[in-house]
Amino acid sequence: MKSAKPKRGKVVSYNKWGYIFLIPFVVVYLVFQLIPMVTTIYNSFFENYRSGLIQVGPTFIGLDNFIKIFSNADIWIYAKNTLIMWVLGFVPQIIVSLLLGSWFSNPSLRLKGQRFFKTVIYLPNLIMASAFAMLFFTLFSDGGPINSILIQMGILDTPFSFLSNVWSTRILVAFMNFIMWFGNTTILLMAGMMGIDTALFEAAEVDGATSTQVFFKITLPLLRPILVYVMITSLIGGLQMFDVPQILTNGTGDPVRSSMTLIMYLNKHLYSKNFGMAGALSVILFIITGALSLLVYNFSNKKEK
Amino acid sequence: MKTAENHTINKGLNIHARRAIAYIVLVLVSFLCLFWFYVLFINATRSHGELTRGFTPIPSTHFGDNWESLMTGTLPVWNGLINSLIVAGFSALLCTYFSTMTAYAIHAYDFKLKKFMFTFILAVMTIPTQVTALGFVQLVSNMKLEDTFVPLIVPAIAAPVTFFYMKQYMESALPLSLVETARIDGSGEFHTFNAIVLPLMKPAIAVQAIFTFVQSWNNYFTPALILHEDKVKTLPILIAQLRSADWLKFDMGQVYMMIAFSIFPVILVYLFLSKFIVQGVALGSVKG
Repeated sequence: MKSAKPKRGKVVSYNKWGYIFLIPFVVVYLVFQLIPMVTTIYNSFFENYRSGLIQVGPTFIGLDNFIKIFSNADIWIYAKNTLIMWVLGFVPQIIVSLLLGSWFSNPSLRLKGQRFFKTVIYLPNLIMASAFAMLFFTLFSDGGPINSILIQMGILDTPFSFLSNVWSTRILVAFMNFIMWFGNTTILLMAGMMGIDTALFEAAEVDGATSTQVFFKITLPLLRPILVYVMITSLIGGLQMFDVPQILTNGTGDPVRSSMTLIMYLNKHLYSKNFGMAGALSVILFIITGALSLLVYNFSNKKEK
Repeated sequence: MKTAENHTINKGLNIHARRAIAYIVLVLVSFLCLFWFYVLFINATRSHGELTRGFTPIPSTHFGDNWESLMTGTLPVWNGLINSLIVAGFSALLCTYFSTMTAYAIHAYDFKLKKFMFTFILAVMTIPTQVTALGFVQLVSNMKLEDTFVPLIVPAIAAPVTFFYMKQYMESALPLSLVETARIDGSGEFHTFNAIVLPLMKPAIAVQAIFTFVQSWNNYFTPALILHEDKVKTLPILIAQLRSADWLKFDMGQVYMMIAFSIFPVILVYLFLSKFIVQGVALGSVKG
């Protein structure tokens, strides 16, 4: 790495360029990310909102915003919704990704058209989530094509209102997340599987292991670090779930707020200019993501040793 | 890569059966990925009347009419498209240029704060933009930058994820001896960066430019908090507006056309660049 240790005089003077090249990043980071973060935290200690035409605060109230958030049932409902929709999307995602990844990386299967399939399954990841949600909203509406197809096929007699039912709404959100992310996960896991020493597979082959045994006894255990990485980063992403449920339910999280996520809740406070509550909620989300990130960091560090 | 035939592995199920299952599942998931866009395309060609009569898998002839009514409709779609292009284009440009510069600073120079800076950038990598959105919106309104693109473009300069990708790529693609040689030839540091480092980083820059562009193009949360005037709105905001309008009164052909208008450009670009993109994802994953 370091080919020239700084000696003295001329060589040292080059290294000031390290600082110079860092200026744009540091300045932009300080202004657009650090200052907002500090003011967000600062806001969380103040009562500051608008009720009708009256501006309340800002008055310093210590931790009252946090107490108010936690003593209200709302945050628990929204946390539960977010978690349910994440799990519903993540479980099929990891199963399908493991399957496809192991097939793609298995040379003895010699699958044709791999490029095509990889291209297709990655495609939804690039689609504008809001437009995709709007598309699903129209497709699954009462008079939409899905109901029309189901009736034509004789599965349904009358249109089913997908978006007036708690579980079908949640499943739709989870399904969209699944479709948008399993291609990405497949490619990540495949790269991990390609990295496993083939000698291990050959040894298993000599010992007469079946492909199922190879998958569960060799591939899966060796893939654990990447699986943990994928799971925690997906959980961090899941906590940020916003575009899909927001557009699908027009920001209401209906029916009966059963698909309202934590970020949609934050977004509501931001729009109603309740800065105290929005600040406190941001701090809570920040702490949760921070803790999860530390987990990822610990795992990826262990992997290197 | 192992090429050996392994008949012995397949005691459980023979290789043909397993291959058949693999193909069936692959076709099934491909169907799940593409079906929605197929329906979108079909419905964008059908008139409102045809749409209310139920679904048919064959395209109709009203593509032009729907296009016409979208163009003359109330949603400023061309403005939205151009705004989205400006924001995403400049974000991709600034993000890749300055992330490469940041990576180069850490990669090529030895200085006291180097280790600290590297750890710091990694540490802030996973902070979601949403949790600082409140402070960000207040800052933007204090700076009088609401309804401008500056707060959507300039922050792209500090992109930890892109930085990290560039840093990984540099370790394999940028030998420091090359920089030394340039120095001996009398090239200034800034000139070396622009004339030697950037061209060498082209493949990584291309991949990250695509990702940043798409991410910015699709972004809804932050722009929706910053842009309120019609003439500066980006496509995702228009989509949200379409959703919150009394959409039952809309011409459904026009609604589908609007969705197609914001989805199909990305699909088209993707078809041309898919090779780089899929490789790029795999490359990024080897970060360990």
